[in-house]
Order: sequence, then structure tokens, then C-alpha cells
Amino acid sequence: MTTQGDVLVSIQRIARRFGDVVALDDVSIDIRDNEFFALLGPSGCGKTTLLRVLAGFEEPDAGQVLLGDTDLLALPPHRRPVNLMFQSYALFPHMSVERNVAYGLEREGTAKAEVRTRVGEVLETVGLSELAKRRPSQLSGGQRQRVALARAIVKRPRLLLLDEPLSALDRKVRAEMQLELKRLQHDVGITFVVVTHDQEEAMSMADRIAVMHEGTVQQVDSPVDLYQRPSNLFVAQFIGTSNLFAGDAVTGGIRFAGRTLPGVVVGEPISGASRLLVRPEDTVLVEPRDALLSGRVIETQFFGGVSTVAITVAGHDVPVLLTRQGAPSAVRDAEVHLSWDPAKAVVLSA
Amino acid sequence: MTSADLVPGRGASRRRARVERVVFLGPGIGYLIAFMAIPVLLILSLTIFKRGRFGGVVYQPTIENFIRAFDPIYLSVLGNSLVIASITTVLALALGYPTAYGIAKLAPKWRTIALIAVVLPFWTNFLIRTYAWIVLLNSEGPINKSLVGAGLIHQPLELLYTRGAVVAGLLYAYIPLMILPLYASIERLDPQLREAAANLGASPWRTFRDVTLPLTLPGAIIGSIFVFVPSMGNFIIPELLGGGKTVMVGNLIRDQFLKARDWPFGAVLALALIMFLVALFALQSWVTRRLNGGGRT
Repeated sequence: MTTQGDVLVSIQRIARRFGDVVALDDVSIDIRDNEFFALLGPSGCGKTTLLRVLAGFEEPDAGQVLLGDTDLLALPPHRRPVNLMFQSYALFPHMSVERNVAYGLEREGTAKAEVRTRVGEVLETVGLSELAKRRPSQLSGGQRQRVALARAIVKRPRLLLLDEPLSALDRKVRAEMQLELKRLQHDVGITFVVVTHDQEEAMSMADRIAVMHEGTVQQVDSPVDLYQRPSNLFVAQFIGTSNLFAGDAVTGGIRFAGRTLPGVVVGEPISGASRLLVRPEDTVLVEPRDALLSGRVIETQFFGGVSTVAITVAGHDVPVLLTRQGAPSAVRDAEVHLSWDPAKAVVLSA
Repeated sequence: MTSADLVPGRGASRRRARVERVVFLGPGIGYLIAFMAIPVLLILSLTIFKRGRFGGVVYQPTIENFIRAFDPIYLSVLGNSLVIASITTVLALALGYPTAYGIAKLAPKWRTIALIAVVLPFWTNFLIRTYAWIVLLNSEGPINKSLVGAGLIHQPLELLYTRGAVVAGLLYAYIPLMILPLYASIERLDPQLREAAANLGASPWRTFRDVTLPLTLPGAIIGSIFVFVPSMGNFIIPELLGGGKTVMVGNLIRDQFLKARDWPFGAVLALALIMFLVALFALQSWVTRRLNGGGRT
């Protein structure tokens, strides 16, 4: 396994519009060698367009993409050392599993014996050796997904693109495949770029995530940093559940209902209308004298491992959520007092 | 009592499906039986009888008609028809495939216009269109006149009443039947399959050879049959544009029934043509099934 850290793909100021619609607006991202990178965003945010630019099926209006020292955009799609696993899998229906997987190697002019060995190996890796002679129409969704994956990794590309790789699978298979993809990426040592709209999927698999919205990159960070230190309101709302209090920024927090709610500012100083982000699991119940806010419990839910308490707070129009391990710590209609560690609350520009 | 009867609804819905099948398929099948299958069977039943001296049928069994069909004269007519229909089909495929491909790549609005243009000739009478070809090809026609006028040739070319004229006429008449099924199969092809091939390193030509062509072959085969079958049996175009010099099996059958009044032998020739075409359809469905991947889709 090579060391992670050197930049493999440098996406620089890519722009693409379709008529009036801006699909990509000045997008710059560096993807490091051997990392599992995710492009995350709601549908229509431009993530698939960016993937298609990398694969060569979409030509950007401006910008450039470097893969190592190579100008990727100068190469036609079939000459790029980049393989794509399609969302629909796009398996060739008239070829057997084995021939689908061998197709890319044959195009490279790999010797027949070696093609056979490598196809055998990769089918072994994805657990499809027994189904080598089947046609795609004779496979289940999960099996097709594995064939698509095998076909994409058998050429050992420098960069593997995966377009919503797990979206067609049911929940249980999906969770299994998430682990398997992660393991596979580690084993084969290929840089993975996965496009997904599912934040859990991105969070659980990726080393780093680029959150995209309306054609722009909102933040590129590790899952933990995205969650704990979102750089703007969109990221804060898109990733995970959040309590967001509205108020004007002041030193050390925001002004809310006549008092200061404490939090930290990440990056540039913020002034004027702001939001304070506190994650539900960072919100705790305390004695009245230590309270930052007080309110009344309107609902409790117990999920087994964790429980949630919803609390109405005067001056805040949606319930404040609190989660904790184990059973709920309050009962319905009880008067409760809330607090949090100021270091874990983030002030964001509204 | 079967298990289906135990579930209320299930037997009823199955009965309904049966009723629906009869309602939907009944009229069409009934029509075909009454006006296609029965007349054909009546004609084919003549094959084993003798002809009357002045036409008509003498109901004495014989195999003479079948033996006569193997006479080299008739075999050569069949061969000639085969060659003409094959040339027509190959040309229709060669011209029709790029046309269909081009239409499928147009913007949706232009696609509709192009498809209407393809079927536009069908709005005019078939005979009138064929007569137009006589005007076009004869020695005083616009083609010869403009070639002579341009000084390219001194004598008008023999265009009309040739095998080439027959092929041109058949091609013109039936090429829409090639383009339409081809267009349907090209348009239905998932564009991501082509992208997948490119992504795996296939050049555009290779992608066409490995993905586009094999997956649109069923459309090409159907189009070929649509062109080949009516070309093979056609007798109007060989007569009008071939001037009777180019005899095809369609002319032969027509002449046996209407001119020679030898219905039994005409019936044998018709049977031969039908058998030949049935064999062709069997081949087509076999090839298509193989292409579609072992039947399950």
C-alpha cells in the first residue's frame, strides 16, 4: 500500500453549464493518492456531472484536471486511466460475467493467459467465481453490482469512480457492501471517488468528503470534521441532525432571547445574523443553576441503544433535540434545563 | 379442489385473464384464420392434383407438380429472385443503418420530422410511385437527359428494364421497413453501455463493433426480413421496371394462376416460397434468442 497524501487528481476551477442551469461553478478539489473520497450532495448539486467530467463523458466549459502530471481533459474517454462503475451498472447484456470483466483487459491488449488469470482473481475477490458463465440477466441486483465492480477494478486503474454504487441495493445488502467496498479499497490500493447523496454512506466509507450544493463545493473535510466543524449552514444542516439557534454574533457565541449562548467560531470572524449549531448528543440536561436554556419536554423516544428527548424552548420555533445513551433521562411535560460544552458548539454565518 | 380455488380472487383473476386474452386476441386471429389461413390452405391443397386441360383442377392425386418444380428453369427463377431480394436487402441495410443511427442521434423534435419523412412515400399509391421510376429511368428521362446534357455520355444509358432498375425499385419501396425497426432498436439502446465500453478502453469503432452492432442486430434482422420477404414475392416492380425480362418467383406464380391457368403448379411454387420464408423466420427467431442471452431477460 502506497502512502496516502500526495495529490493524485487536481481538479482546478471546473465550470459547466447546461443552458441556464449551472451544473458546476468554479469547482476545485484535490484528491489524494490512495484515498477513499466521496462527493456528497443532494440530487442536482453537480456531483454526477463532475464524475462524468473525470470519465470524459462531459466536457467542462472551463478549468482543468490533472492526474499526476497528465492533462486528463486532453485525453479521449477510452484513453483515460480512469474506470467508472455506473449507477445502472451498464453491464453488457450479450456477454457473460466473465467476458464483461475481461473486456477492459482485452482492449489493453493483455495476453490471453493473463486475462484469464486476472479475471479469475477478481471474480474470486468479489465472490462470483461460480457465476462466471452466466449472463447479467440471470443475476440478482447485488450480484450485478459485484460484476460491475469487478469489471471496473480488473484494469487496476489509478482512479476508480463509483456513481451511486449502492443505491440500487436494499438496505441490508447495502450495509454489507459498504464494508466490503472499504475493505476492497484498502486491499487493492486504488484511489476511489464515490458519488452519493446518502450522507451515512459517505460518512461510513470515505476518508474525506466534498459536500456539494448547487454546483459549488461547500466544504472538503474528513467525516469527523464535517460533522463537528461544518464551515457553513448548508453543511451543518445537510450532515447529521442539528439544533440551530438564530441570533446575532457576539464575542464567544450568539445573542439569543436576552442571553449569550456560548460557542466557537471556526475560521473567519462572524458578525451580524448567525446561527449556533449544537449537536443533539452534545446537549445535556443540567441543574437549573448551570442552565444555558430551559424548556419543557414534549416527547421522548427510546430506540434501544439511544433515546431522544424533544424540548420546546421559548423563542425557538422547532423543538430542541437531545440524544443520550440508554433510556430517556426525562419524562414528558417535565421542566428541564439544558447546557453544552461551548467548545462543541459552532457559530455559523446565517 | 386446487389450491387456487382456496384463495378467493385468484381463480377469478385467472379466469379474467383468460377472458381478456380471448377479447384482445380473438378478432385479429379470427380475421387471419378466415381470410388468410383458410384461402392459403385451399390453394395449397391443390398441389397434389392434376391441372385440367383448359385450366381448372382435376381431382386426381399426383406428385408431378412437385417434380416439375425442380426443373432447372424454375430453380433458376427462384435463384434469380433470391439474388435480387438479397441484393436489395443488403443495400437497404447498408443505407438504412446509418440513416436510422443518424435519426436516433437527432434532437427529439427533428427525430419526429425525420421519421415522418421516412414514411412519407407510403402516403402515395405504390403503383404511381413505381410508374414515376419509369419516367425517371427511361432513355428520355431526367437522369439520361441531364447526363447527356452535361456531356458525360453521348448515348442515353440503358437504365430501365434491367436488373438494376428492379433492385432500385424494390429498395425504394421497402427501405422504410428497414429503417423503422432499426431506428427502434438503436434508440432503445442504453447510451451508458457505449460509455461503459469507452470507459474500458474501446475506441469508438470498437464500441460500435462490440456493443452497438450486436445489440441492434435483432432490429437489423427484423428490418432485413421486412425488406426481403416482400422483395422476394414482388411481381409488379419486376414487371414494370424489369420489363418482363427479369422474372422473379412472384411473376412466375402470378403467371401460373392467371396466364397458364395451371393452378396446381402455381400452388406448388407458392408453397415453395412460403416454406422458404418460414425457414427464414425460424432462423431469425433462433438468432435473436441467442443474442438476447439464453432466453431469460
